[in-house]
Amino acid sequence: MELITDIGLGFSTAITLVNLLCCLAGVFLGTLIGVLPGLGPTATIAMLLPITFTLPPVSSLIMLAGIYYGSQYGGSTTSILVNVPGEAASVVTTLDGYQMARNGRAGVALTTAAVGSFFAGTVATALIALFASPMAEIALKFGPAEFFSLIVLGLLAAIVLAKGSLLHAFGMVILGLLLGLVGSDVNTGTQRFTFGMPQLADGIGFVVVAMGMFGIAEIIRNLEREDIHSTVVNKITSLMPTREDWKRMIAPTLRGTVIGSALGILPGSGSILGAFAAYAIEKKVSKHGKEFGTGAIEGVAAPESANNAGAQTSFIPMLTLGIPSSPVMALMIGAMIIQGIQPGPSVMVEQPALFWGIIVSMWIGNFFLIILNLPLIGIWVRMVSVPYHFLFPAILVFCGIGVFSLNNAQFDIYLMALFGVLGYIFVKLDCEPAPMLLAFILGPLMEEYMRRALLLSRGDPMIFIRRPISATLLAIGVLAIVAAALPALYKKREEAFRE
Amino acid sequence: MRYVKQLLTLFCIAFLVLAVSLPVFAAEDKYPSKVITIIVPFSAGGPSDTIARLVAQTMSVSLKNQIIVENVAGAGGTIGAARVAKAQPDGYTLFVHHIGHSTAPTLYRKLTYDPINDFAPIGLINDGAMTLVARKNFPANNLKELIAYVKANKDKVNLANAGVGSASHLAGMLFMSALQIDLTTIPYKGTGPAMNDLLGGQVDFMIDQTTNTTSHIKAGKIKVYGVTTKKRLASLPDVPTMNEAGLPNFEITVWHALYAPKGTPKPIIDQLSKALQAALKDPVLNQRFADLGSESVAQNRATPEALRAHLKSEINKWGPIIKKAGVFAD
Repeated sequence: MELITDIGLGFSTAITLVNLLCCLAGVFLGTLIGVLPGLGPTATIAMLLPITFTLPPVSSLIMLAGIYYGSQYGGSTTSILVNVPGEAASVVTTLDGYQMARNGRAGVALTTAAVGSFFAGTVATALIALFASPMAEIALKFGPAEFFSLIVLGLLAAIVLAKGSLLHAFGMVILGLLLGLVGSDVNTGTQRFTFGMPQLADGIGFVVVAMGMFGIAEIIRNLEREDIHSTVVNKITSLMPTREDWKRMIAPTLRGTVIGSALGILPGSGSILGAFAAYAIEKKVSKHGKEFGTGAIEGVAAPESANNAGAQTSFIPMLTLGIPSSPVMALMIGAMIIQGIQPGPSVMVEQPALFWGIIVSMWIGNFFLIILNLPLIGIWVRMVSVPYHFLFPAILVFCGIGVFSLNNAQFDIYLMALFGVLGYIFVKLDCEPAPMLLAFILGPLMEEYMRRALLLSRGDPMIFIRRPISATLLAIGVLAIVAAALPALYKKREEAFRE
Repeated sequence: MRYVKQLLTLFCIAFLVLAVSLPVFAAEDKYPSKVITIIVPFSAGGPSDTIARLVAQTMSVSLKNQIIVENVAGAGGTIGAARVAKAQPDGYTLFVHHIGHSTAPTLYRKLTYDPINDFAPIGLINDGAMTLVARKNFPANNLKELIAYVKANKDKVNLANAGVGSASHLAGMLFMSALQIDLTTIPYKGTGPAMNDLLGGQVDFMIDQTTNTTSHIKAGKIKVYGVTTKKRLASLPDVPTMNEAGLPNFEITVWHALYAPKGTPKPIIDQLSKALQAALKDPVLNQRFADLGSESVAQNRATPEALRAHLKSEINKWGPIIKKAGVFAD
C-alpha cells in the first residue's frame, strides 16, 4: 500500500504546470538532439545545466531526465532514415531499420520504433517504481569478472548475429577491439597506438567512428550509382504498419523490454549490450530469422524496445545509490549537488517527492514522446524523398557539425572522413561494420574489467570460471558460437562430399 | 585620378585598422565586456566541475557578467591545461584545476606547458577533505586495526583509486608511503565506478573525497576510519581525523584554484581575485561547499601570491612521493 501513496506523491509532484512543461521541454529537446547526429544528451545537458539552476530541483531533474530518454527515442530516426546512428545504442537499429527504409517502409519502421520504445519505456519505469532498490543490490554483485564474461558473451553474440560469414565478423570484432585500444592505458597511463598525436590520447570517439563507418560510407556507396539525382529509397508504400506487422512486433517488443531492462542497470555498457543482445536473441528465436538484415520488422522492434527500457532502468544506480553509470548520470548528479541535494541512498528516504516525482514524470514523458513522435513520422519520411543530391550534402554538413561539436576539434572531422573511406572499403569486402562498432565500444571496457579482475585475483585467470555468474555467462557464449558454427561446418562437409 | 585612388586606399586601410582595433579598445576600456569562459579539465558533473560551476555562478553576480564553464577533459587534466596555457591572455579564458595541477609536472614527463610559469594565478578556492573508507564487511573497526590488518595481509588487500593522478590515487600513495608498504592498487576510471565496486565489496578500501563518500557513510553502506583534514568536519562530526585515529601527519586536502593564462594584465587579475574573494563570502556557495564536505579558503589565500606559493610547495611535496612510487602517466 505504501507504493500507492508513494506513486500518489509522485503524481502530485509531477503534475504541476511547471513540471509538466519541464517534462515536455525535456523530451522535445531530447527528440531533437537524438535526431541531430552527433549532438548527444551529454553535451546538451552540460550546456543546459546553468539554466536549470534557476528552476526548482525536481523540475530541473525532470527536464534533464526527459532530455536523456527523449534522445534515446530520437536516436533511431537517423539510423532508419539515413543510416547514421545518433547514439551508440541505435547502431543495431541501422541493420534492419535502414533496410526497411530502402524498401519504402521508413514510416513503418519509425512507427515500430516509437511504439516499441513507448511500451518499453512505460514497463521499465514501472520496474523502477517496484524494484529499484533490490535491482541496484543485484547489480552490485557484478564484479569485474562478471562484467568481463558478460562482454565476451556480447561479442560472441555479435559474431553470431552477423549476416555474412562468421570469419568476416570475427575479423571485424578483432579490428574493433584494436581500435578500442587506441589511447591511454588505464592502469599505467601509457600511450598506445597514438603515434604521438595528443588528439588520440583519450582514444577515438564513438560518434566519429559510427558516422564515418555508417553515414559517410553509405553516402559514398549511394553516390557510386549513376541515378543519384533521384532518391535512394523505393516508393513509400505506407506509413502505418499492417495487421501482419503489428502481430510480428508484439513478441520481439516484449523480449526486448525484458532484456533491455535487465542489462540497463549495469553501469557503462548496459543499453548498448541490451540492444545487441535483444537483436541477437530475436534473430535466433524468430520465425523470420532469415529476413534479418534485409528489413525485418522484428530487427527494429527488439533493439529499439531494449535500448529504451535500458535508458529508463539506467536511472536505478543513480537514483538509489548516487552512482553515475554514464556521463549523463554524472551530470544529473552534478545538477543535484548544485541544487543542494546530496545524491546517494538517502535520496529515496529524505526526498521522496523528488524520487517519485522523477519516476512518474518518466511515464508522462514517454506519453508525450509518442504523441510528439507519431505525427512527426510523416515529415521525416518526406525528408528521405528529397532528391539525393540535395539530401547528401545536408547529411554531410550535419555529420560534420555533430562531430565537431563533441570536442571542438577539426581533427575529429578528418578522422570521420577516414573512417568513411574505411567503411566503404568494408562494404565492398562484404564485412559488416556493426560487430566492429560493438567491439570498439566494448573493447576498452572488456580490457578494463579483465585487468581489474586479474589484479584482484593476483593474476589467476581461473577467477572467471570460479565465480558462478561469470562461468555461466562464458558457457552460454561458447554454446552460442558452437551452435552457430556447426551448421556452417556441416554444410562445408556436405559440399566437400558432393564434389 | 591617381591621387583619388591613393586617398581611397588610405581611407580603406585606416578604416580597416580602426574596425579591427575598435573592439580591442572597447574591451580595454572596461573589463569584462563579453562572456568569460572558465575551462575545467574534467568532464561535466564531477566534483571539480561542480566546484567550478558554483564559483562561476557566484562570481558572475559580482562581475555583472556571464561566465560559462567549458569542459575540456582528458589525460588527467593536462589537455585542458595545455589549451589554457596557449589561450589569449585577455581575461576571457580562465581555468579551474585541482591538486592535480601540482602533480602533473611529476606524473607527466612530457608536458607541453609549465604549470607555474605558463599561468597567472588568481587565487585558491577551497580545501576539500578526504576520507579513508572500506567495504561494509571489512574486518577492521578502527584505523589502528586497519593499519595492523593491512600490514599483516599486504598481499591480499586491495586499495582502489579513481585513476592515475586522481586525488584518491595521490592519497593512496601517501598512505602507502606513510605505512612503508606496497599494496595492490586497483585503478578505476573516475570516482563513480570505484565507489560502485567498494559498495559491492569487490575491493577493500580507498581514500576518496567526501563529495563522493559522505552519503554512503551516512547510509551505513561503507565503513569510515578517518578524515584527512586537521580538524573534524561539520558534515561528519563523529569521524576522527587521521591524526586522532592514530596516523599522525597524514594530512591531504583536494584544493581547487583559479588561474588565467600567463600575460593577463595585472588590473584584470586583481579584479578577478577580488571577485573570487567576494564569491567565497557568499552564504549559498559556502552552504553548497559544506554539503560537499569542502570549505572555502580564508580570504587572504584567495590571492595570486598565496596561490603561487601554495602551488610551488605542493609541487615540491608531491614530486618525491610520486617519484618514489615510480608511477608515471606517460
